[in-house]
Amino acid sequence: MLIGKPPDIPSSEITPRGEYFSYLSRRRFLKGAAVAGAAAVGTARLAQIASPRAVFAETKLQTVPSPLTTTGEQLTTLADITHYNNFYEFGVDKGDPSKNAGVLPTRPWTVKVEGLVAKPLTFDIDALLKLRPLEDRVYRHRCVEAWSMVIPWVGYSLSEFIKECQPLSTANYVQFLSYYDRHVEKWSGESTIFWPYSEGLRMDEAMNPLTLLTFGLYGETLPNQDGAPVRVVIPWKYGFKSAKSIVTVRFAAKEPHTTWNDMAPTEYGFYSNVNPNVDHPRWSQKTERRIGLPFYEQRRTTLMFNGYADQVASLYTGMDLRKHF
Amino acid sequence: MNRTTLVVLKILTWTACLWLAARLVWGAVTNNLGPDPTARIAFSTGLATLYLLTLTLAVTPLRRIWPRLGWLIKFRRLLGLFAFFYATLHMLTYVALYSGFSLAAMESDIARRRFITMGVAAYILLVPLALTSTTWAIRKLGGRNWNRLHKLVYVAVICGVIHYWWQVKTGVLKPLDITIVVAVLLLARPVINLVQRRRSRSSVPA
Repeated sequence: MLIGKPPDIPSSEITPRGEYFSYLSRRRFLKGAAVAGAAAVGTARLAQIASPRAVFAETKLQTVPSPLTTTGEQLTTLADITHYNNFYEFGVDKGDPSKNAGVLPTRPWTVKVEGLVAKPLTFDIDALLKLRPLEDRVYRHRCVEAWSMVIPWVGYSLSEFIKECQPLSTANYVQFLSYYDRHVEKWSGESTIFWPYSEGLRMDEAMNPLTLLTFGLYGETLPNQDGAPVRVVIPWKYGFKSAKSIVTVRFAAKEPHTTWNDMAPTEYGFYSNVNPNVDHPRWSQKTERRIGLPFYEQRRTTLMFNGYADQVASLYTGMDLRKHF
Repeated sequence: MNRTTLVVLKILTWTACLWLAARLVWGAVTNNLGPDPTARIAFSTGLATLYLLTLTLAVTPLRRIWPRLGWLIKFRRLLGLFAFFYATLHMLTYVALYSGFSLAAMESDIARRRFITMGVAAYILLVPLALTSTTWAIRKLGGRNWNRLHKLVYVAVICGVIHYWWQVKTGVLKPLDITIVVAVLLLARPVINLVQRRRSRSSVPA
């Protein structure tokens, strides 16, 4: 633990009055909503409810049901989804993002669209929220570390957003860049990752209806630790592909660099489709641990494409998925 | 140190060492081990093994620098055996919860996952140390042979540290702290030897 003198704060960093008061009222709202949220969580987690880590309630979203939702799975609890996160900008422990991501400034927020598009655009987050009806999409979420969750996301297909971007025909790939500010995300030095976080998809993967431009979970806006205010979710790929807190969407002709591939090219490929037949060099991907269950019930078999083969296998016909892992 | 103090310290040490196991058992029974109980059990027992081994490695350097801490030797076996206890729990977690008792899965893992190969190696190295921890064994082997055998703990702890580095995601620096501590304790031995030999040489009249 490093205890040091805090740096002098320049006057440019002083919170404007209006922002401060909306921050205060938001905190008051959160406190009250947190009590309501905590009561709603299952009684199996009595000890965690009693702890100071209350479940945050965010803003409620108007949603519609979706035919693309996954059925037949037990949902992971909100408490687990919001307290077990990999968001290394906020620390490398699973519990760090819920402790530290409060400093992420989610308003104002814009998403810049650049690269091979008709013309560069900037979308305000509130405009994005209204662009299309928000759907309830339950998806399985499989981390490359071999744990998994079932998460009720809220959003609409990325393809709808891409239509608005008007990419040129030469655009074969989409790149996502996440928010990064080393003064805000002070824990980013706990790993040797080069920021900002970069991810990408092939154009046809991005246009697949399952790929979700995501704004919420459990019917409410995303908690900071889960990638607020907007992220992408690609349920048939390992979780690190589902970039969080997106600020830039860039269309390109060539495959963009991605952060985990930069870190360890033999371990994290561009495609990173969930595939029990292709192991991570350092651990097997044949099984996974479902989060939130007792230790003797967690272990289960991993499904090809995380169970979404029907919808996405055709994207990869003829591809050697061992080579393009 | 008088007998009462020793007994009290021993009771405290036993309690401290058993505390984690008790918490894990209680957590497992009440399903209160967090979102990923399997990983929590594996991680807690693994860290406990590494920390306890590190404590045993600290005994000799401390005793040589401060001879008044000679009594620490009375705790080294206790800490070492508790390290083996947690290493065994850690190994059983792998066999039962990660491999589901599947021999095929374990064979494939040990052959192809280098961090598991390293972990198995570290565990195997600890077994003869645990088996020869008794006073009977020390007597039977003789002090010099026993000491030679137990130098294997250096290899075991290095394997344990590498096992930790090879398990975390590339770029994560969590194992750095314990690596530095272990490196210091391992290097302490030759350094103390050197310093003390020079001192004794310089105090001999020409």
